[in-house]
Amino acid sequence: MIRIDIEKKIKTYEGKGILKVHLECPIPSNILITGPSGSGKTTLLKIIAGILRPEKGKIQFEEAYWLDTEKDFTLPIQQRNLGFVFQNYALFPNMTLLEHLKFGTRDGAWIEKLLTMAKMETLTQHKPDQLSGGQQQRLSLIRALSTKPRLLLMDEPFSALDRETKTHLIPELKRILEEINCTNLLVSHNPEEHDYFPGIHYSIKAPYNENRIARNPLD
Amino acid sequence: MDWSPIWLTFKLAGITTCILLIMGLAIGYWLSKGNSPGKLLVETVLTLPLFLPPSVLGFYLLLAFSPGHGLGKWILNHFNIQFVFSFPGLVLASIIYNIPFMVGPIKSGFRSLSPALSQASYTLGKGKFQTFLKVLLPNARGAVITGMVQTFAHTLGEFGVVLMIGGNIPGITRVASIAIYDSVENMDYAKAGNYSLILFGITFILILLIFLFNRKYAQSPLE
Repeated sequence: MIRIDIEKKIKTYEGKGILKVHLECPIPSNILITGPSGSGKTTLLKIIAGILRPEKGKIQFEEAYWLDTEKDFTLPIQQRNLGFVFQNYALFPNMTLLEHLKFGTRDGAWIEKLLTMAKMETLTQHKPDQLSGGQQQRLSLIRALSTKPRLLLMDEPFSALDRETKTHLIPELKRILEEINCTNLLVSHNPEEHDYFPGIHYSIKAPYNENRIARNPLD
Repeated sequence: MDWSPIWLTFKLAGITTCILLIMGLAIGYWLSKGNSPGKLLVETVLTLPLFLPPSVLGFYLLLAFSPGHGLGKWILNHFNIQFVFSFPGLVLASIIYNIPFMVGPIKSGFRSLSPALSQASYTLGKGKFQTFLKVLLPNARGAVITGMVQTFAHTLGEFGVVLMIGGNIPGITRVASIAIYDSVENMDYAKAGNYSLILFGITFILILLIFLFNRKYAQSPLE
């Protein structure tokens, strides 16, 4: 079971708001997060990863607590065994594709498998600036999988891929996620991608906004 | 011709650059994270040598490390090191004088890296030190090289601060810039010309080589 119960102040284009999320899902499962722009979807992923800290809340993954603000406890990111596919990829400019994967794992067979899944076997010596946008995005995905995470957080992970690549990649990805028993949390705007990951759908509402009434003359 | 001033100059520049590299990486990285009032204050102090006349800095160092009293006396008694009119003194003055030339580029280099890079490294299970060594440092390489070039080249040209704390002792503190001044004072223009030409040539070639080898990464100090 993964339990998320958090509150965090966020800034939106309309002013300050509060992101409130209460979510409970079995493990493993596919979790889809949707919500309007600026509602805090990326913020939620970063809170789960341990990159951001909410003012209030608890996160529990299986038996272990990852966060408990009441007890002032935060489990370091490194110990959460998760993968993160960043919206802007966050690839390391100094490393080749293969070095990216070796940075996460020493398991050669696993690296081969990921390369095959992403159809990137011939690009192992390329650095990020020698890859196309779609290739960079696929690298970001397989790098996140390199550590065989228990939880995969994906922030718009297929936005730069064409339909043909997606048709090949996503079923392969699902097979790999099943193989390593990995729960995935997907943030996506594309309804087509939602169909690929049937499971729990959590919709973040526009955050409660302190300034909205004062700012919007139509209200 | 007496080569010792040239040798001394490069020895001083090399040692200063090595020590400052380690200090600069630590301080530059620390300063690149956040903007607390404490950091602002530290940065202001570290930037002072950029604007202070070298002779002012040299004068304060001379006072501070004078073996007759205070800190200088204490260091002499406890560690048997005398900073005034000695090579260690030149190194110390050089380090203080060059801090902004090393720390400035390194801080900017780290600051220009997206925070997502270290975050991605942490999610791959890597700790702070490993992230620094394998991700941040290689991607700030250009800035680090710029800091090293600036420090080295700037040390070659030091005069005021070196003269104040080191004086003009042949083989010990008489670096090339002082030897040039000394030769001119003695109307020996040929000697001054030789030293100047050597210093000019070596400095030029050195900077050119570093930029050639690191054209992709290194930033010109003028940028």
